[in-house]
Amino acid sequence: MIRKALWFALLLLAAGSTAASEVHEFMLDNGMKVLVKEDHRAPIAVSQVWYKVGASYEPRGLTGVSHVLEHMMFKGTKNLGPNEFSQIIAENGGKENAFTGRDYTAYFQTLASDRLPVAFELEADRMENLLLDEKEFQKERQVVIEERRMRTDDKPTAMTYEQFNATAYRVLPYRNPVIGWRSDLENLELEDLSDWYSRFYAPNNALLVVVGDVDPDEIHAMARETFGKVKRREVYNIKPATEPEQRGLTRLQVKAPARKPYLIMGYKTPTITSAEVEWEPYALEIAAAVLDGGDSARLSRSLIRGNRIAASASAWYDSTTRLSGMMVFNGTPNEGKNVKDLEKALLSEIEKLKNEPIAAKELKRIITQTVASKVYELDSVYYQAMQIGLLETVGLDWQLADTIVDKLKAVTPEQVQAVAKKYFVPDNLTVAVLEPQSMGQDETTALNGNGGDADVR
Amino acid sequence: MFARAILLSVALLLFAVQAHAGPRIQTWETSNGAKVMFVEAPAIPMLDIRLVFNAGSARDGSLPGLALMTNMLLNDGAGDLSADQLAEGFESLGAQFGTSSLRDMAIVTLRTLSDDEVQRQSLALLQQVLTSPTFAGDEIERRRLQMQVALEKQKESPSATAKINFFRMLYGDHPYAHDPGGNEQSIEAMTREDIVAFFKRYYVASNTVIALVGAIDRKRAEEIAEELTRDMPAGEKAPSLPKVALSEKGEELAVNFPSSQTHIYMGQPVMARGDEDFFPLYVGNHMLGGSGLVSMLSEQVRENRGLAYSVYSYFSQMQNKGPFVFNAQTRTDRAHETLAVIRQTLEGFMKDGPDEDRLTAARKNITGSFPLQTSSNANIVEYIAMMGFYDYPLDYLDTFIDKVNAVTAEDIRDAFRRRVNPDAFLVVTVGKKDT
Repeated sequence: MIRKALWFALLLLAAGSTAASEVHEFMLDNGMKVLVKEDHRAPIAVSQVWYKVGASYEPRGLTGVSHVLEHMMFKGTKNLGPNEFSQIIAENGGKENAFTGRDYTAYFQTLASDRLPVAFELEADRMENLLLDEKEFQKERQVVIEERRMRTDDKPTAMTYEQFNATAYRVLPYRNPVIGWRSDLENLELEDLSDWYSRFYAPNNALLVVVGDVDPDEIHAMARETFGKVKRREVYNIKPATEPEQRGLTRLQVKAPARKPYLIMGYKTPTITSAEVEWEPYALEIAAAVLDGGDSARLSRSLIRGNRIAASASAWYDSTTRLSGMMVFNGTPNEGKNVKDLEKALLSEIEKLKNEPIAAKELKRIITQTVASKVYELDSVYYQAMQIGLLETVGLDWQLADTIVDKLKAVTPEQVQAVAKKYFVPDNLTVAVLEPQSMGQDETTALNGNGGDADVR
Repeated sequence: MFARAILLSVALLLFAVQAHAGPRIQTWETSNGAKVMFVEAPAIPMLDIRLVFNAGSARDGSLPGLALMTNMLLNDGAGDLSADQLAEGFESLGAQFGTSSLRDMAIVTLRTLSDDEVQRQSLALLQQVLTSPTFAGDEIERRRLQMQVALEKQKESPSATAKINFFRMLYGDHPYAHDPGGNEQSIEAMTREDIVAFFKRYYVASNTVIALVGAIDRKRAEEIAEELTRDMPAGEKAPSLPKVALSEKGEELAVNFPSSQTHIYMGQPVMARGDEDFFPLYVGNHMLGGSGLVSMLSEQVRENRGLAYSVYSYFSQMQNKGPFVFNAQTRTDRAHETLAVIRQTLEGFMKDGPDEDRLTAARKNITGSFPLQTSSNANIVEYIAMMGFYDYPLDYLDTFIDKVNAVTAEDIRDAFRRRVNPDAFLVVTVGKKDT
């Protein structure tokens, strides 16, 4: 859940190798890891501080606490007033924000590289000196509830996705929305936030990633001077979580004011961290790319262009989450088609994946796209830093990025068939359908400008 | 307070940052009259191409959605290649092809590796797209369905509903009034002949800007621009758009909608590209609602009152007068209050003019963050395509910082008073109606 800008889904398949420039790794005495990558094209740098905490760390009753705390991190420290962090970064020509995900909370600044000391001092300050004020908290809770309304409550497809996760995952905390359930947000107390802060905001639970026009040794020295002075603290050890085997097809419907139906289907799958068979997550990545790795992939070719059952359709899998996950399909049926048609069409693509080996041509395209995207990624310092931080915070070494391409290259058509047969089975499937409810009578007339129930004063 | 100390120590460094020169932009015309904008960027072995046509929805005429339909169909087959083959052609090279269509601009983009053979093949595909798109009947029917679904999706979104109504009421008979997505009737009515005619009229060399950024030299850039436009007719530039009529009196539209929030769009048409008041209005709005979490609106609405997650204002500059827009969304029972706070903040700003400290901070933010805006090839290609399209002087980026620094508090107050009239604002709210 990003604090301001819209977060976009990172296809980890397109992430990966950092072969083009070396990553320098340092460890501060207090246990904080520092990763630096040079990019001297422009006199700028991005600095990101990642904490190993997010929605998947939250127990029942405290959903959304990581994200609310992220908001409160801008509300002042022993040294700064509310919003002063943002004002100082702005005056220094920086752009900054923060985002909370299921497995991480991260804070970033992009600025002229000679301003990095400002960012480091401020981030180190709020790592140990945060002031949690009741009045500021009460206002910020309202801001987050407005954020929830905007992102989920008033968006029928997002609402469906939230309900889908809550149903598909019986045990994993991925069943909870990152922004939190409404009642948990309403019952959150200041003390919950300070507990959360002291449990997880420690240098030995944090990671600094810097990419840009910098000298790695200078960054190391600067980090020692700032972050290095923050005291190591004991970090709360969360219990492991595993999803029990699903034993039967699960269906749910979501009714909300909407105009078009929407379908989500998900099969539980392992990820790199949870896989018992090492190559399976990579075979699943290839399966996702065969189906939806571009306009020439199978879903576009067959469902959108071919039989025109779908107005949109996609397949999504992320091998690099902290806990196990899902291969998720979603889509909107075309005019004149319904969700049953769409479900049938998706299932038939899935059957094809089981029954026929993928073509050498498809495999070659996916590898070519992946290799090219490695080059394109070098155009964004922000993306390069994201990649490093994401892998590290879910418990995968950033160096894994270099091997992912080779792992994908090693996947055989038989292995793709094997994971499809093993995981894409009805007993392991959850299906959610958005069933549109009437939106009232006037919204179409208002759109078309015929007046209707709309007032013009 | 240590943070203040940091501020003082880094203030001295400001001049070093400002000395950074922008990218070196080269420009010329192809032999049949397309304008080329080029920046050599040798660091990464890749090439970005962005073609911009004066062929956005402002050219739809009597068929709203025609520009978007034409633009989307460029994905769907060219020369001997079907839509499948075209997509596969680009993707098997690792190239990324894309299209989009706005009110002013229709856009075609290609990102490819600069490796000779890959580059040659992906450019050959792009050349076909630009000069011999198929516009096959069954692809048109498919896109028609897709556009109808998109219209339905807009109707379930309170923010899309607010924006569409805002433009519709603000622009009345002007071609900016309708949404680029068109309407049910127009999407149903457009024929292949309409689409082909639109393409032939507007996707012509003299109506095109080609921006290139990447690991190629000037000579190669010239070859590419020639090759891409070789089979394109010279054609004619699109004519000027009609003037935007400014309303003297304010209007309000409340649309009943089953959402928990009320979405607010407010504003009036103010500035076209190249407007002489651009710098004072831009810097002024940066303080007011253009600087994210530190803007005056964000402080008043979000930080002080917790009324909204997102609140901002911006001047949209287009070929003709684009709107000055205020946008926020809040729980319905606080919508009146939110609107009042936004209005008070604007009126206070216009009456008293900007605070000097805040102006200094805004100048530092804009000028200090300027290098970020041209720090990637993706940023640069978008910037120079925009500059080419709107005929900006080539030194625009080089003089930007000096012009921002020259803006005074009095310039801002004066420009806002002359150009912004809150009494004439249109206010659109979309949410549950008061009962």
